[in-house]
Parts: sequence; C-alpha cells; structure tokens
Amino acid sequence: MIHRNIDTGLSSLNQKLLTMAGYVEQAVESATDAWRFRNVAKVADVYQIERRVNQHHLEVDAACVQLLALQQPMAADLRFIVSCIKINNDLERMVDLAVNIANNTEFYLQGAAVIHIDDLAQMSDEVRVMVREVLDAFVKTDERLARRVLSRDDRVDAYKRKIVEDCLESMKADTKVIEQGMNLIFIAKNLERIGDHATNIAEDVIFSVSGQDIRHENKVRTPEEPTT
Amino acid sequence: MTSAQLQGYLAVGYAKRKFVDRLMRLLLLVAAIVALTPLFSVLFYVLSRGLGNLNWAFFTEVPKPIGESGGGMANALVGTATLVGIASMIGVPWGIAAGVYLSEYGRSRVANMVRFGTDMLASVPSIVIGLFVYALVVVPMGGFSAFAGGVALGIIMVPTIARNTEEMLRLVPNHIREAGLALGLPRWKVILRIVLRGSVSAITTGIMLSIARVAGETAPLLFTAFNNRYWHQGLDQPIASLPVQIFTYAGPPDEVWNGQAWTGALVLLFFVLVLNVTSRVFFRSGSVGRE
Amino acid sequence: MSQQVEPILRVRNLNAWFGESHALKEISVDIPPSAVTAVIGPSGCGKSTFIRCLNRLHEEVPSAGASGEVSLNGMNIYGEGVDPVGVRRKIGMVFQKPNPFPSLSVYDNVVAGLRLAGIRRRSVLTEVVERSLRQAALWDEVKDKLSVPGTSLSGGQQQRLCIARALAVEPPLLLMDEPTSALDPIATAKIEELILELRKQVTIVIVTHNMQQAARISDRTAFFLMGELVEFGETSTVFTVPKEERTERYITGKFG
Repeated sequence: MIHRNIDTGLSSLNQKLLTMAGYVEQAVESATDAWRFRNVAKVADVYQIERRVNQHHLEVDAACVQLLALQQPMAADLRFIVSCIKINNDLERMVDLAVNIANNTEFYLQGAAVIHIDDLAQMSDEVRVMVREVLDAFVKTDERLARRVLSRDDRVDAYKRKIVEDCLESMKADTKVIEQGMNLIFIAKNLERIGDHATNIAEDVIFSVSGQDIRHENKVRTPEEPTT
Repeated sequence: MTSAQLQGYLAVGYAKRKFVDRLMRLLLLVAAIVALTPLFSVLFYVLSRGLGNLNWAFFTEVPKPIGESGGGMANALVGTATLVGIASMIGVPWGIAAGVYLSEYGRSRVANMVRFGTDMLASVPSIVIGLFVYALVVVPMGGFSAFAGGVALGIIMVPTIARNTEEMLRLVPNHIREAGLALGLPRWKVILRIVLRGSVSAITTGIMLSIARVAGETAPLLFTAFNNRYWHQGLDQPIASLPVQIFTYAGPPDEVWNGQAWTGALVLLFFVLVLNVTSRVFFRSGSVGRE
Repeated sequence: MSQQVEPILRVRNLNAWFGESHALKEISVDIPPSAVTAVIGPSGCGKSTFIRCLNRLHEEVPSAGASGEVSLNGMNIYGEGVDPVGVRRKIGMVFQKPNPFPSLSVYDNVVAGLRLAGIRRRSVLTEVVERSLRQAALWDEVKDKLSVPGTSLSGGQQQRLCIARALAVEPPLLLMDEPTSALDPIATAKIEELILELRKQVTIVIVTHNMQQAARISDRTAFFLMGELVEFGETSTVFTVPKEERTERYITGKFG
C-alpha cells in the first residue's frame, strides 16, 4: 500500500481527539467523585479540565477543516473526519455538562446531606462506564462495543426517572429539602445528558467504521416523561 | 411528416448512400491500380530486356569497342559510386547545415529567403545545374572532370536534404529543446547533442533518398563529368557513369550496345530500389522524436 | 513556518510580454526555501509564464520579453551581463509533458546535464545516476534497465526520469510546469508523493491547473489572474479563508 499524505493528518487528528476524550473522561469522573465523596478539590479539577478541553475543541475543528479543504478525503477518510467533527462537539458538550454537575455539587455540598439517593451513585457508575466504553470503541474502532453503549443508555434513562420521582417525593414531604432535591435532580439530569452524548458518539463510531447510519432507528425506546 | 414516413425516407437514403459508398471505393481501387501500372510495367520491361546480358563480366570489365560482343560497365559503376561520393561530401554537410538553420533559427526574414531559395533550387531543371557547373567549374578547370560532376550532383542534393532535415527536426517537439535549455545547455549544444541526435535515423533516410535520386541523374553529367570509355585517370579527368553510359549505349542501332544499356538500366533500377527500401526500413526502426 | 525565513527567491516588479501583450504585471513575491509553492489560476492567467521567467526560459520564445528583478539567493538573474545558460544550471525544470531526450538511454538522460557540462568520470556519473533516480523514486523500477531508451518507459516513469534528470545537477530550486497534467491518477499520486518527499531537500515552485493538487501538496499558494498576482499566502489560509474576493470566487468555482 502506498503511503498517503492524508494519513499523517488523519492520525494526528485521531491523536488530538483521543487526548481530548481522555480529558472528558477525567472531567466526568472528577465531577461525580466530588459529589459522591463530598470532595471540593475535585470540583476545581473539573473547571481546570474544561479549559483544556475547550482548547482541544478548537484545534480539532481546525484540523478537520484543514483536512477537508486540502486533502479532499473520500469514503472511509471522509466518514472518519465527519465523525470527528460530531464527536468533537459531543465531547465539548460532555465537559460542559460535567461542569454543570460540578456547579450543582458545589451548592449541594454547602448543606448536610438530607436526602439519600443510592441510585445516583449507581447511575454515575453506569454513565462513567458508558463514557469509558464509547471512547474504547472509538480508539479500537470497535463496532460491537459501540452497540453495547447504546443499550446502556436505556438503563441510565431509567435511573434518572427513578431519581426524579424519589426526589419529588422527599421534597413534597419536607419543603426544606427542595433546594437539595433540585440539585440532585439537576445532577441526574446532567448525567443523563452525558449519557446521551456518549450514545451520539457511539452512533458516530458505528457510522465511521461501517458507514451505517443507525440514528433515529429504534424510536421504540421507552418514552421519556416530561421533566424539569 | 409522421415518424413512419421519416423512417421510410431514411431507409431509402441509407440504401442509396451505401451504393454510392461502394461505387466510390471501386473507383479508388481502379485509380490505385492505374497509378501502379507504370511502375510494374517498367520493372517488368527492364527485367525482361536486361536480365539476358546480366553476367559477371558486366560488373568487372570495361566496354568492348563497337562491334565486339561482351564487355561490361565496371568503369561506369565505379564512376557513379565516385560521383555520388563526391556529391555526398558536398551535399550532405551543406544540406544538413541549411536544414538545421531553417528549423532552429528559421523565423527571421533571412531564413524565409533561404527557404524560398531552397525550394527554387529544388525545382531548377537538373540540366540547368549542369550548365551552371560547366560555367563555374569545367571552364576554369579547362575540361570535364569527375569533380565537376560531383559538384553538380551535390548541388542537386542540397535542397532535398535541407528540406528533409528541416521537416524532421520540426517533428522534434519544442519542449524537448526547452528541456535541454532548462538544463543549462547553450542552444548549439541542444541542437547538436539532443535535437540532431534524436533525428539521426530520419535525416539519414533523407540522405539515402537523395542519393538514390542523384545516382540516376544524367543531364547534369553531360556537361560536367562527361563520359569515359575506360577507367578514369583521376578526379580532374572525365569519368564514366551508369546513366550516361546507358544514354550513350541506347542511342546507336547496335544490338550489343542496346542490350548493355538495358542491363545498365536494370542495375541502376535495382540500386535505386534497394536504397529506397533500406531507407524505409531504417526510418521505421529508428526512434524519431515523434509523439 | 515563520515569515521571517530568508526567501530563496525574491521577485520584484516582474513584467513579461509576448510581443504587445502584457502577460505578467508587476509581480513581487518571496518564495520561501525548502517548501512547495503552488501557482494556481485559470488558463492564460500567466502562471506558466511566471515560472518560465524564473529560469529565463520565457525569453527563448520569439518576441517574448521580461523585465524586473528575480534574485536567487541574492543574485539577480536579470542583472546586467548575467548569462541565462548559467542561471538555468542552478534551476531545474520539469515540464507538462514528460520529455526524456529521444534516443538517449535512461542512464544518459539522467547524466545529460552533467555530461554536457563536461563531467566525464564514469564513477561520478554512475553515482549520480543512482542518487538521482532514488530521489525521484524510480531507482527500483529501472535499475535493471538503465540502458533502455528513456522514451520506452511508461508516462509516469518518464516524468520521474525527467525529475531525476533535473535533480542530477543538484539545483537548489526546482520548477514544475503542470508536471502531472499528462498523467493518469496513479502516476499523478506518485509524483505528488515524490514532491512532498523532495521538499525537504529542494525548494519547489509548481504550476498546476488542479486546485486540489495545490491544496494537497503545497505550503504556499499564489493565485494569478490576468497577469496579476492576486493573492499569496499559506495554502491552508488561501483554501479556507482567502483574503481576496477574487480568490474566493475562483477556488469555490464561481468563476465566469
């Protein structure tokens, strides 16, 4: 196989995106740890990571535009770059959501924990696994792993509905915990959104690898009830 | 007009066109046969008349006195070779130089005049060139000579070789010259080492054809090389040549001489034919700078 | 890539004519060393004339003329008393059509420049042949048939042979006038790869009518239009955010 000039650009793009994905994973972990272990230092970590991710967000976009403008990518190359643009956006949104969680956590930590929601810890574990797995799928261009991420999203959604219900119950019972309850609902909502972005990335990985566009296919997922 | 009508007209038109096409092809074939007839009849006639006298003596002996049978045209064969040799020494370098000039520097007014002059020279009747050389060489030298004959034939060669060389060099695409110039070669080196070298076979072909042509020239030799019944005594002396010998022997009503003339014609024809065929093979095998 | 690098070629107020027609108007540009500069523009915009002025080949065409300053490493090649033949020895050129010298072997084609400049030592020539053919990525394909005529190679190989011939005299600057326009896509890809490889050793100025090619292989791009230099800059900039409206219109294909 002959060496192609575009390969250099593609592998450097890949590398940039992977570094960025690693940061996003760290941000999600720090944000959930901050809440779980009541650790304010982790909140600061999230803010710091966000700045780095934003820098990468711009660089990846610029690299994609360069490759599109200068190398006229085709077929697999084109799908890869288009996927990178979308994944880049998802990653940037994910880190923003992690920042939101960090924000909520900051407020949440100002008072003592009154409401106890075990499901939130399990939900954050599930989301962290999703993030890790989808990035693995991207690195290894592993379509099967990406499909597994899709199935995890349903469980995350179920957790969120349950958490919202539980919080509402506590808040109805005791109006003093409304603030704390709201914060917990926000955290769950943000986690759920991170899961959605991970799903998007999984779909992009599948598109990049196989050329198959599976978005909007299984609309038979359990309908979400309107929240917040 | 309906579509069916149109198809009908088209069908009629097609049959007619097909007929005209066949007719034209037939006419062209007839024309080609008519054009080739003289060549083959000449070949056949010369062969039938000349073959009888063709023997070893024809190539080794000088002519016998009139009335005696036997003898050959060895002196004329050598004479023609000598004349062609002298002519080539004059005509080839001169012709190639002129051709190179016309092709490589041929855009000026002078070049156009040279080109026009060459074309004029090519169409001057060869007997006029003979007269010209008579005045220029024979008179000052005080007599007919092989040298004068060679000069006359050489002059006839120049325009053919010049125009052929020009044409062949023009076939070499201009970007080949530019490649040489871009390498930092002076123009003369580009011409000599790249352009000329690439057309050697084509130019040689032209030279061979022009030799074939002058080998059969008779008229210009009448006033220059004249003729000689014996082996020639030096380049400043008259010399025999095949065409002039044929001319001389064909005239008198003498069976033996006429027969010799036919054999001479056969040999000359064969020589010219061989030159033509070789040059063709040569041209085909050589790599010319064609696209 | 910093702008401060000393240019290898400095062009100032270059004008060129064909008889009465003004083919190049007041071109000023700095060509950076060890980089590929692409020259693009529509047919007849003067891009070929421009690079033919850079080795003074332009003036070989009857009625053609040029004026201005073109300095190669500080020496003005249009200076008084400068011999164009000497200039061309320092600047290689590859043409639109592959043009190996007819009836010269592959070997003789490569060393043509050296040999005609008087270098005769067989050992030197043989070394140069191998080095140049390797540089032109042709060695492996022709090392066993160095004595066949150069014109018997395939089109792409012939063009790489011409590149080897130009590289044999080790020019600091290599001009290429639409070098792939007569080649098929595979041969074109090989030449493009070769150009990217060569850029480390030699400065390349390439004229191309193929915008995508300019985008793929060049570091800088110059856009010519009707004898004028409209825009010159980093290729990545010219092809994504051109400064000039006219460049934008040309590279997006909205041109007349």
